[in-house]
Amino acid sequence: MSLLEVKNLKVRVEDNEILHGLTLTVNPGEVHAIMGPNGSGKSTLSHVIAGKPGYEVTDGQILFRGEDLLEMEPDERAAKGVFLAFQYPVEIPGVTTWNFLHTALNAQRKARGESQLTSPEFLKKVRAVAKSLNIPQDMLKRGVNVGFSGGEKKRNEILQMALFEPAVCILDEMDSGLDIDALRIAADGVNALRSPERAMVVITHYQRLLNYIVPDFVHVMSKGRVVKSGGKDLALELEASGYTQFEDAA
Amino acid sequence: MPAVQETVERVRRIDVDQYRYGFETLIESDKAPKGLSEDTVRFISAKKNEPAWMLEWRLEAYRRWLTMTEPTWARVNYPKIDYQELYYYSAPKPKKQIGSLDEIDPEILKTYEKLGIPLREVEVLEGVVKPEGERRIAVDAVFDSVSVATTFQKELKAAGVIFMPISEAIREHPELVKQYLGSVVPTSDNYFATLNSAVFSDGSFVYVPPGVRCPMELSTYFRINERNTGQFERTLIIADKGSYVSYLEGCTAPQRDENQLHAAVVELVALDDAEIKYSTVQNWYPGNSEGLGGIYNFVTKRGDCRGNHSKISWTQVETGSAITWKYPSCILRGDNSRGEFYSIAISNGHQQVDSGTKMLHLGKNTTSRIISKGIAAGVSQNTYRGLVTAHRKATGARNFTACDSLLIGDKCGAHTVPYVEAKNSSATFEHEATTSKISEDVLFYCVQRGLSQEEAVGLVVNGFVKDVLQQLPMEFAVEAQKLISISLEGSVG
Ligand SMILES: Nc1ncnc2c1ncn2[C@@H]1O[C@H](COP(=O)(O)OP(=O)(O)OP(=O)(O)O)[C@@H](O)[C@H]1O
Ligand SMILES: [Mg+2]
Repeated sequence: MSLLEVKNLKVRVEDNEILHGLTLTVNPGEVHAIMGPNGSGKSTLSHVIAGKPGYEVTDGQILFRGEDLLEMEPDERAAKGVFLAFQYPVEIPGVTTWNFLHTALNAQRKARGESQLTSPEFLKKVRAVAKSLNIPQDMLKRGVNVGFSGGEKKRNEILQMALFEPAVCILDEMDSGLDIDALRIAADGVNALRSPERAMVVITHYQRLLNYIVPDFVHVMSKGRVVKSGGKDLALELEASGYTQFEDAA
Repeated sequence: MPAVQETVERVRRIDVDQYRYGFETLIESDKAPKGLSEDTVRFISAKKNEPAWMLEWRLEAYRRWLTMTEPTWARVNYPKIDYQELYYYSAPKPKKQIGSLDEIDPEILKTYEKLGIPLREVEVLEGVVKPEGERRIAVDAVFDSVSVATTFQKELKAAGVIFMPISEAIREHPELVKQYLGSVVPTSDNYFATLNSAVFSDGSFVYVPPGVRCPMELSTYFRINERNTGQFERTLIIADKGSYVSYLEGCTAPQRDENQLHAAVVELVALDDAEIKYSTVQNWYPGNSEGLGGIYNFVTKRGDCRGNHSKISWTQVETGSAITWKYPSCILRGDNSRGEFYSIAISNGHQQVDSGTKMLHLGKNTTSRIISKGIAAGVSQNTYRGLVTAHRKATGARNFTACDSLLIGDKCGAHTVPYVEAKNSSATFEHEATTSKISEDVLFYCVQRGLSQEEAVGLVVNGFVKDVLQQLPMEFAVEAQKLISISLEGSVG
């Protein structure tokens, strides 16, 4: 069974249709890259999969391990293993990163009928994950993303992904705002999470990221549709020729 | 449905019938005849075996009250109160003269147990012992109009601290009461304070002698039980030179369809180098989803930094009451004295909150700090009203004010009304204000990480009020955090 199946998905925001029948199938162990010009609907797709309010699905389906994802509350989806690393992570003043992650992890575990982690147990776990990603402990004590640099915010997303160990990870432009070293560390973090059970959907504008996270499939999105799919070489082709060739196809 | 809209929907459906403290205790009580007259005042005074001077003081207040008119406020609406339809005194009928806790009506003890207020010192010792093993709280429990128990009397006495019901202090320490009662809030101060002066029945009295650091937190727990009964408690705290005391106040009431009046007066006096920290967690019954019932909370709280280098700090968490009207204030009379006001005011359902503070700078180099966090949900109205003034002689006075409001949904309102008056040019007053809506994106971020909508709102709100929560003593901070979640329960999916 596929892990994630998006079938002929049509999505409206207010009065505009943004996704016009998008299809994408992701199997366990696969890494898919989605590329496409600004405004083509990449973030919209990731939001709808994660269950962000404000989008109207007018047609199509999203199945997660064969279950209807669109019927589930967003927190239910998270507990089942859908993770979205945001393009623009928000700040939550007054809530320490440490407390936020502990609360969230325990909420997910509770929904799955697993035991709650005590503070020491959690601390041990989160410290180990932070260390593997080269994230200083101090960051955990600060308010969630408050005053974080763009790169730190992205690294915090990767930290959460590593901590929650989701089944499908959607990474929306995780490379934007990261310097070369940070990009390598974050990519190593993502690669470490690759496993035969887990799938990744990597949204990016740059082929460079795909040198670090080598995809099995590359999809080109334009104007709310997947207009071309191929192997990792498709990204190189795009790098050379740009998106214009697809504008007409859409 | 977008999360915020869903939140609004839930708020509309919210029944504050989830109010946890809404039960009633069935006991016989001893009440004054209904209504207010000189006879009512005499009745109360006689019940308390008061000396003649105290009765005179009350009667004078009563006569003045007759000449006053009830104030009206811009943002608070409520039907007229019929003062002749209220009872002004209600005491649980004692089975016999109370000598020890064992003789208190077991129903009352059970009430406090249900409320989580330990009255038996053994329980206090067992229940509240912290890892450090040191922190204990002395409790004065006020049930309707009388104080039913005060714990840790002996230990406090050994430290020289007087902590007792004010009715006892009037008999046992008349010189202190005469000197300080009404010296901060004069009997003529305002309509509700004057009424309180005439009919107050009980409350707490604290005196900390020079140089003494009170060995434990002091606390009064107010409970209104009787129907149609006003509660008019009076609290007087005096910190003599170089002393320190931290005092906590908690309040609940049963759930009733009629409104109940609570008109308290709190007076604090800090002499040279003394410090008083006064914390309130107010959770009176707020009324139901239709706006029926609930407590009218009209309270006058004022602290007088009478001595040089003295400090008074008010911290409040206001979640209950149908209507709250209160402005804990500081008169910064002593040179270099300091006033602080930290407030969290949450309104949900049909609640109306009009709260804030006054910082009156009279002495030189006086400083004050105001941090106010207002949270409005449902169709509630939440107003911060603040006054900061510097007298001509208050050179070098400094104030910093930050008022932040958080809105949940779009049917509620938050208002900030700051008044500033500096009569000398060396005063520096800073004011910052923000109003924000709980953001859809922040909520979604949280639920994407597995939190429910409700947990997400709780988390964001607790983050929003963190600066103020940190000012509360530890035990209270934990309770306050729970209370905040409970009072916003149902405000989200
Ligand atoms: N809430 C909204 N209201 C109206 N239009 C929206 C809304 N959200 C997205 N859109 C529109 O939908 C289209 C797709 O936006 P989306 O953010 O999904 O693009 P993207 O592919 O992620 O772009 P980028 O590469 O710049 O991140 C854009 O034209 C955008 O303006
Ligand atoms: Mg995008």
